Amino acid sequence: MTDAGLQGPRSELGEILHHLVRDPLGLAGLIIVTVIVASAAFAPWIAPYDPIALNVPDRLQGPGGAHLLGTDQLGRDTFSRVIWGGRVALQVALPTIGGAIFFGLLLGMIAGYGPRWLDSLIVLLFDTVRSFPTVMFALAVVALVGPSLNTVIIVIMATSIPTYGRVVRTLTQSLREAEFISAERSLGASTARIMSVHILPNVLGPLVVLAAMDIPTVVGLEAGLSFLGMGVKPPTPSWGSLLNDGYNLIRNTPWLIVAGGMPLILTTIGFTFLGEALRDVVDPKLRGKGGK
Amino acid sequence: MAVLDILDLSVSYTTPRGDLKALRGVSLSVPQRRIVGIVGESGCGKSTLISAIIRLMAPNAQIRSGSIRLKGAEILELSEAQMRALRGAEISMVFQDPMQTHNPVLTVGRQMIDIQYRDKLSKTEKRKRAAGMLALVGIPDPEARLNQYPFEFSGGMRQRIAIAMALMAKPALLIADEPTTALDATLEVQIIKRLRELQEEVGCSILFISHHLGVIAELCDEVVVMYAGEVVESGSVRDVFHNPAHPYTRALLDCDPGHIKVRTRNLPTIPGNIPDLVHLPQGCIFAGRCDKRHDACAARPDMATVNPSHHAACHLIAVRETA
Amino acid sequence: MLSFIIKRIGLAAVITALAVTALFLIIHMIPGDPVSTMLGPRATPEMRTALEERMGLDRPLIVQIALFFGNMLRGDLGMDVFSNRPVTQIVLGQVPYTLGLILVSISWAAVLGVALGCYSAVNRNSLGDRLTGVLSVSVIAVPAFVVALYSLLVFAVKLQWFPAIGAGEAGNLGDQLHHLVLPSLAIGLSWVGYIARLVRASMLEVLGEGHIRTARAFGLPEGRVVFGYALRLAILPTVTVIGVGMGFLLSAAVFTEIVFSRPGLGKLVIDSITTRNYPVVMGSVLFSTLIFVVSTTLADIINAILDPRIRAGK
Repeated sequence: MTDAGLQGPRSELGEILHHLVRDPLGLAGLIIVTVIVASAAFAPWIAPYDPIALNVPDRLQGPGGAHLLGTDQLGRDTFSRVIWGGRVALQVALPTIGGAIFFGLLLGMIAGYGPRWLDSLIVLLFDTVRSFPTVMFALAVVALVGPSLNTVIIVIMATSIPTYGRVVRTLTQSLREAEFISAERSLGASTARIMSVHILPNVLGPLVVLAAMDIPTVVGLEAGLSFLGMGVKPPTPSWGSLLNDGYNLIRNTPWLIVAGGMPLILTTIGFTFLGEALRDVVDPKLRGKGGK
Repeated sequence: MAVLDILDLSVSYTTPRGDLKALRGVSLSVPQRRIVGIVGESGCGKSTLISAIIRLMAPNAQIRSGSIRLKGAEILELSEAQMRALRGAEISMVFQDPMQTHNPVLTVGRQMIDIQYRDKLSKTEKRKRAAGMLALVGIPDPEARLNQYPFEFSGGMRQRIAIAMALMAKPALLIADEPTTALDATLEVQIIKRLRELQEEVGCSILFISHHLGVIAELCDEVVVMYAGEVVESGSVRDVFHNPAHPYTRALLDCDPGHIKVRTRNLPTIPGNIPDLVHLPQGCIFAGRCDKRHDACAARPDMATVNPSHHAACHLIAVRETA
Repeated sequence: MLSFIIKRIGLAAVITALAVTALFLIIHMIPGDPVSTMLGPRATPEMRTALEERMGLDRPLIVQIALFFGNMLRGDLGMDVFSNRPVTQIVLGQVPYTLGLILVSISWAAVLGVALGCYSAVNRNSLGDRLTGVLSVSVIAVPAFVVALYSLLVFAVKLQWFPAIGAGEAGNLGDQLHHLVLPSLAIGLSWVGYIARLVRASMLEVLGEGHIRTARAFGLPEGRVVFGYALRLAILPTVTVIGVGMGFLLSAAVFTEIVFSRPGLGKLVIDSITTRNYPVVMGSVLFSTLIFVVSTTLADIINAILDPRIRAGK
């Protein structure tokens, strides 16, 4: 028997983990996400082959044998490309979402706490940016500067900022009216102190949930753009370019599409499960309001 | 014959802590063309009682024993379809919060026409009847106002509309659940007066739930005092209010601001809290907060007769009778 | 109601104007320019000057914006470099395909999603509710083009139940619908899950409100309570979400059109990027922005029709 008194108070993170593990969906999400992140982090040690090494004699093999998931038209090992592709997916998703959170926090807190005219201006800016359909906008930019990883990151980040900014703004507005903050203000606390000590910690929880739900969208967009040949440049392995190869060879071998799509489906399911479970822990009131 | 007869009704809620015994052996009756008030603090089981009578109970509620008869017919044995046929026809309800009683996106007219779905009348006739009811509860220009939405009415107006809807089918029993609690005092008086007039006009009985003693005294013929899921005293308004037999009723009356004769800074309150209904105390349910507690209170008191129409569940009454 | 609609349309016009200006400025600011994009690396300076002049790129920025707006208001988005047809005409020719695909997709997804959401809310915590919940959450974020590729592989290439390419014979509705099945499955699938979750949550909230208890206390049939009284309110968030979701729908449509080689805005944009046909790319982006703004505006107006409190500004 473990005793709370002996263990001492559990940390907040430990508390959240404890709740996650007890929720079957949360546990499933946590496991999937851990596997994906670990395989991306340790790709050089996990992948049996060099993901871009050509081996033409072995081309278009089915799964099994020397190549776990077969090979593509150039004889590259599909399993190795899938593992390395995860690395590319996360390399795009993490800076994109990190940047979107940073700018979303900044603009959202200014809008929520600042004067009214500034608020209206920022909201109008959010509405404007939100009205560019992401993929169309990305394609227009790619048309001008050519496909690259950085283009994808910047465009998706720019179009995601309003999503985060709006949540931060709403939360800041409701917090600013809260009693403990009015009290703090009447005691002469500076705006910077109120922002960093009171508002920021209260806003972070919902943002983490939003980010977990947003990762699938970003990963999907990167893969989609790479699939169209407008994202990651070959021969860099990406799930999207894997799917593009598979699409072109759909009548020759189904394995490339199956192998390229599976990690995408797993990633989206894993992060969505995790996000849903996290939301139930962090803020039950948000239930049913995440997603798209 | 009484319109409503409740006999020995017990209702429990299944909770993670165990069974919460919300109602225990409750008996009361509402005679024809009479207004019966139920009074008690929050948590005394008033809401559970209402939901049991119209059988719209929470999913975790179970009726453990007892019977509820409407005009002599057992309600608890009816099928869901038979029960639904009674609602809005034989039994209707007026709820506490008029701001939430009506569907916000449908016009008042539409809602008043919808509840007449059983009647084989044309839409124009149903509409005419609805307008007539609105006029009866004192809403000016009813024809035009039927086209308006609930948010276009004030709280008092909305409660009048709720009363109009409840009386439209000329029910045998109207259950009013704290209908004036959410309104201010002048509106309260108006609504009470109107309710009394309408009751005489329609000829129905009313079960009126309130924690406001003044309203009960004003409106009701008989009163039932409930405490922690049990009936502790019942009788005519005159008997119960002028000659309270149960210490709880006396305490309630002492706490009522209308009854306090001497000006004091502090309103009296009943010390203590309602007992835990999952783990019930032995003996009298009020013993824990009673200032007349004595040895006999370790046993559960039966309903004792003060006079033929006045009863209370207290050992002191028996003592008084024998003394 | 009318004043609400006028106000809402005014806001939409402002947002469109801002979006177009922003788009214009962003395109102007980022490295790379339309002329070299269009002419490719082997362009001579003379060719560049000629094209810049033709596109008006030699004038000051503010004049360019003004000209662009003036032309846009007249529906003139410039000329296609290759065919010399107006860009507006080319883009408008493709819009119906994309809009049709999106409408069919979101329609079936909304009908199924609302039905599942209602079922889940009414039978809360039943096996069916739990199953719907897990399935919904599973499909919510799966990218449309992955569903498109899998369904292409299974139902078109392997089983050959449905065609793999194109939008069907013109004028042959049956054939066109046959071609719509897989693409609309791909676009709609995630929306079924999303709408089901959303409707379940708002339905549960509404079913707990006082007016539903009133409706039941008046003996209204349960079907009418759920669909006539509760759904009227519970549907409101879904309408907004679909309106705002037009951006996601357009994105999904771009990918799906490519996978199934369907005509439409997506295919037009990709083809135009490949052929460096820059004015057509810009035209398509502008039109999709316009579609998005119209769709959110429409959603707000529909909500105002459904909820009298919104149109009264309460």
